[in-house]
Amino acid sequence: MQTPEFQLSAEALAQIDQEVAKYPAEQKQSAVMSALRIAQAEKGWLSKDAIAYVADYLGMPAIAAYEVATFYNMYDLEPVGRNKITLCTNLPCQLQGADKVAEHLQARLGIGFGETTPDGRYTLKEGECMGACGHGPLCLHNNHKMHAHLTPDAVDKLLDDLK
Amino acid sequence: MPIIEIDGQQLEVAPGATVMDAAHQAGIAIPHFCYHKKLSIAANCRMCLVEVEKAPKPLPACATPVTDGMKVKTHSPKAVEAQKGVMEFLLINHPLDCPICDQGGECTLQDLAVGYGASASHYGEAKRVVKEKDLGPLIATDMTRCIHCSRCVRFGQEVAGLMELGMAHRGEHTEVMPFLEAQVTHELSGNVIELCPVGALTSKPFRFAARSWELSRRKSVSPHDGLGANVQVHVKNGKVFRVVPQENEAVNECWIADRDRYSYEALDSAERLTQPMVKEDGQWRAIGWQDALERVAAKLAALREAKGADAIGGLASAHQTVEELYLFAKVLRGLGSEHIDHRLAQAGATVGQGARWLGMPIEAIGTLDRVLLVGSTLRHEQPLVARRVRQAVKHGGQLNVVHAADDNLLCRVNGKLIARPAAWVNALAQIAKAMNAEAGDVQVSDAARGIAESLLSGERKAVLLGALAQNHPDADRIHALAQAIAQASGATLGFLSVAADSVGAQLAGVLPGPNGLNASAMLAKPRAAYVLMGVEPELDAYDSAAARAALKAAEFKVALTAFKSAALEDCDVLLPIAPFTETGGAYVNMEGRLQAFHGAVKPHGEARPAWKVLRVLGNLLSLGGFDYDSVESVRADALPQGQANIAEHLDNAIAGVALGDLGDPSATEAISRLGETPIYGLDPLTRRAPALQATAGVDGAVAANAAMLARLGLEAGASVRVRQGDASAVLSLHRDDRMADGVVRVAAGTALGARLGAITLERA
Amino acid sequence: MSLNTPTDKVCLWTLDHDQPASLATYTANGGYEALRKILAEKTPAEQIIEQVKISALRGRGGAGFPTGLKWSFMPRSFPGDKYIVCNTDEGEPGTFKDRDILIYNPHQLIEGMLIAGYTLGARAGYNYIHGEIFEQYQSWERALQEAREAGFLGKDILGSGWDFDLHAHHGYGAYICGEETALLESLEGKKGQPRFKPPFPASFGLYGKPTTINNTETLTSIPWIMRHGGQAFLELGKPNNGGSKIFSISGHVNKPGNYEIPLGTPFSALLEMAGGVRNGHKLKAVIPGGSSAPVLPADVMMDCTLDFDSIAKAGSMLGSGAVIVMDETVCMVKALERLSYFYFEESCGQCTPCREGTGWMYRIVNRIEHGKGRPEDLDELVRIGNNIGGRTICALGDAAVGPVVSFVKHFRQEFEYHIENKRCMVGG
Repeated sequence: MQTPEFQLSAEALAQIDQEVAKYPAEQKQSAVMSALRIAQAEKGWLSKDAIAYVADYLGMPAIAAYEVATFYNMYDLEPVGRNKITLCTNLPCQLQGADKVAEHLQARLGIGFGETTPDGRYTLKEGECMGACGHGPLCLHNNHKMHAHLTPDAVDKLLDDLK
Repeated sequence: MPIIEIDGQQLEVAPGATVMDAAHQAGIAIPHFCYHKKLSIAANCRMCLVEVEKAPKPLPACATPVTDGMKVKTHSPKAVEAQKGVMEFLLINHPLDCPICDQGGECTLQDLAVGYGASASHYGEAKRVVKEKDLGPLIATDMTRCIHCSRCVRFGQEVAGLMELGMAHRGEHTEVMPFLEAQVTHELSGNVIELCPVGALTSKPFRFAARSWELSRRKSVSPHDGLGANVQVHVKNGKVFRVVPQENEAVNECWIADRDRYSYEALDSAERLTQPMVKEDGQWRAIGWQDALERVAAKLAALREAKGADAIGGLASAHQTVEELYLFAKVLRGLGSEHIDHRLAQAGATVGQGARWLGMPIEAIGTLDRVLLVGSTLRHEQPLVARRVRQAVKHGGQLNVVHAADDNLLCRVNGKLIARPAAWVNALAQIAKAMNAEAGDVQVSDAARGIAESLLSGERKAVLLGALAQNHPDADRIHALAQAIAQASGATLGFLSVAADSVGAQLAGVLPGPNGLNASAMLAKPRAAYVLMGVEPELDAYDSAAARAALKAAEFKVALTAFKSAALEDCDVLLPIAPFTETGGAYVNMEGRLQAFHGAVKPHGEARPAWKVLRVLGNLLSLGGFDYDSVESVRADALPQGQANIAEHLDNAIAGVALGDLGDPSATEAISRLGETPIYGLDPLTRRAPALQATAGVDGAVAANAAMLARLGLEAGASVRVRQGDASAVLSLHRDDRMADGVVRVAAGTALGARLGAITLERA
Repeated sequence: MSLNTPTDKVCLWTLDHDQPASLATYTANGGYEALRKILAEKTPAEQIIEQVKISALRGRGGAGFPTGLKWSFMPRSFPGDKYIVCNTDEGEPGTFKDRDILIYNPHQLIEGMLIAGYTLGARAGYNYIHGEIFEQYQSWERALQEAREAGFLGKDILGSGWDFDLHAHHGYGAYICGEETALLESLEGKKGQPRFKPPFPASFGLYGKPTTINNTETLTSIPWIMRHGGQAFLELGKPNNGGSKIFSISGHVNKPGNYEIPLGTPFSALLEMAGGVRNGHKLKAVIPGGSSAPVLPADVMMDCTLDFDSIAKAGSMLGSGAVIVMDETVCMVKALERLSYFYFEESCGQCTPCREGTGWMYRIVNRIEHGKGRPEDLDELVRIGNNIGGRTICALGDAAVGPVVSFVKHFRQEFEYHIENKRCMVGG
């Protein structure tokens, strides 16, 4: 699939190449998850052009890359706010107060889960277990930075720090 | 070999067999959806769960290997409970829309629900609804019905070699879809319709046209490429409603190409010729059969009288049956003419010792270790041979290619020489020389050496000549060199027969006799009269412009045709003949297999089977020997012992070809045309099938690589005038870096000159 | 503490050091010594596997399969490529031990993977790291770089002539990839959909090559076993349940966190270590082995010791050692609703019973929670669960059923109250 208008930066491509190098030469597809992550980190979300570009770069069918992009839930197939907050609401976090944090986040931002504030500053998502339950409630900021021991006060401080 | 017990039957099964295999062997049916003998095992539908002694849980029969002493119960209470449990899950989100579903009556889910479903549903929650997908003009979707068996996805990956459908998202939200708005384009795409066990993927042209149980099923043979795919023609009230595959493992397995499936739409084309027509004062007029045939006979007899039999030429299509072709040649020879041919697309066709054929069984293609494919746009020429070649490559075979375009064959290509058609002789000579075969004075390139090395290794090998190699002006030298390569490497030399009856046409004698002209020569040196059968000369001929001019110049032209055609506008008489669904007959496919079939419906209007038309014509001309009372009696004359003695008339050998100057492939500055027969322009039927014509694969563009565009000072998207001699056309220019340097792709069917001749381009 | 002395802190002994994760800390305290010895002495693989068998180390990822036995399935003399894969796709609700290993003792995992790679004849190893812990993915890659620079990875490791390398692979949000064959699919760049077994990964694994997949904690235990012998490890725990184990305790306790204690420790002792139930509330129920394990009522749980056999006898499973503690304020319907949603959301969608059944169960529990339950719902839930359990390609089907059936079994009254009164019995 040709996507002449879409391009990733040289840095992003270097990162993808680093991932590709981890696998046997004929197994470039193994790097697709990382490549999609890197593309998303650079562009903010995964457009169809981004997915086609990554597929082409790795020599795999575009639909196979699309399958991957839609299977793993940290990929964003639609534009998100500058700050995506993914709150874990699974049972251990719930027991430790995630419900109150969720209510507070929604009230404070005026949006529900899966929504973005009109100013494009925040997107709120409901997440599944992040594997740090002892430190719950937890959230992820833009997929890669974890914040633990959330309380309504801690959330206020976090939101204020995010531009 | 392991011995197992299945439903009380003791059974010896092959090592590595699955419980499903064992059940088939024992004649026991295990319900299933995702399992398909031609696809990898997914074990995802869980419908085939069976009880295996000592296993704590029911096991999927499709994926469970048998072990010695295994005891399997496929219909025990435990097995049936599991199967019913799965059926309940499949139905909870399946719409209850059987009355308006095209799959109704031939739906695996519907059938199995009778045996394993409950009469009332426990499910009281909201049902899933899935957005429709647009897969293009061939396949209709009702994706809410999908049960996620993944057969269609696996078909793309494993059989088609092109993953156009995937299963995106996950869990309950999993959906079969193409990559966003893309449509499926593969030439075998329609096979997902039979693979789909429910009504999620159905035929778009057939949509809501008939219920499956109202249709009568008639076995037939596809009239298109040389494979002779077995098909079923489904009819109701004297009309063909659809065509589906008829399984024949040796020929088409259980697949057919899209053109086999959808060309039936042309049967009801508005262009169908339904009564004899004559042209008087430039106007077409309907006429009765008797009048028409008497006029034809009188005119032919008069012309022969006045100008000699040499003035008459006969051109027939190899998509006609062997009986029709036989009688066609018999009429022409009866008139005294030896100018008879079916090879309109061939520039310099000669006649060998026997009929040119594949040289081996079709089934053997899939097990080849080494292949050299010469001058074949394989996916378009032979969609199902391409599938077999991919199969060979998948099993470790090496495919080598000589062509003018490095097209995507959807499998790994080992070695390739991509060069202008005029350089193919040189390319083959290089390969032959690298094998130490007698091949004249050429410089052997690394690529040629690589191909030679590939062909010298391995055991089962073939050198296959495609349509372009056969159409080539230098076909004999290509043939001779291919033969030398085959001999040096111990490979079989084979021809990929272009049409359903290419071999049959040769056996029936539709070839120039002593001093007879071949098709191209007949058009280059126009005859006074032409008898045409099933052809549209300017679309079929190697040189369209020459064909058109020859026909225009001729004094009398009669065409036996199923369709009115712009290409037949210059004719004097049109005689309506029945296409393959409306007449009985037989084709001989590329492996020499004689396949007979009966008409499925009555001929349209006044159309008649061509063999009957020719019988009357022969009698009106008082030629003698035309008193046939059945198509079988014609066949008995055409092929005296039927299948039994076909083999002895097949022969690919060529002798006495001087190799001469092998040329320097880089010498010329001229631009070559690569003029292939379009995949849906093969014959009068495909040309008139609306759904096929609506597919994305059909376009009338010019393609050239980036270097060519730069050299010409043109850019992709430009409108260009292409010119061959006096003929020219304005087309849009595309960039395709798979094209060889010095070559532009302009499909046949455009009113230009030689298919593989020189061409010029300029901005329009 | 150090790796030089056999304490019961097998994986988390670095915690009392200033820089627990550094290569310097690790090597100064006996790290990489086991590897050094194996490479120097060219210890035969059989001997290593024998020690692992003696240790009675059982897989720490949830299934509890004996590690030595798993290693013995690997066709070590197979001529082509072979792989060792570490499963750090830790996404089972309640489990958070492997993340701490990456944070506090990354080199012991590297050494464990090296020993496994050496023993099993692997050409390379991959560690599949849970999508949500990107920071640990990065930190483990830094640890790999340190190890590479120190000559523990790459060509000619420690002058032994043996080449081996390790890489981190980052997940991106799919619980199912914790299932080992889904993990392999994902590692190959596909959707994480489990494969039907047989064939097992030991014969057809990553890229179709023989592959062994072990949990992070399992592999991290290997250097300890090789330093001190299988017998010493076995004796840390109890027969058939060798060693210590990290228990991740979360929920209603005062000090949630990871506690590495010998297998066989009474649950009551762990609860005490975790500071007891918060706010002085009464213990109501415990999920002893991650969310997939059947819930146990307080009284049953208080009688259990923490080992595979004891928990199994009580009707649940030790699983990954993730102990979710619920006090008397918990509404069991609401708790189950969240868990059911999790399995519905995380079902890969490949096979019918799980794809269709998890959604059905969730919707019923959701209705009950929202006051729209029907009297027949509870039996229906159990019936649906029975139609999923044991009929799917992977264990996610069973995992989804475990909570539903056990919650309904042990807390049926609470569900019935919800259905009848359209509100919660607890709290209100």
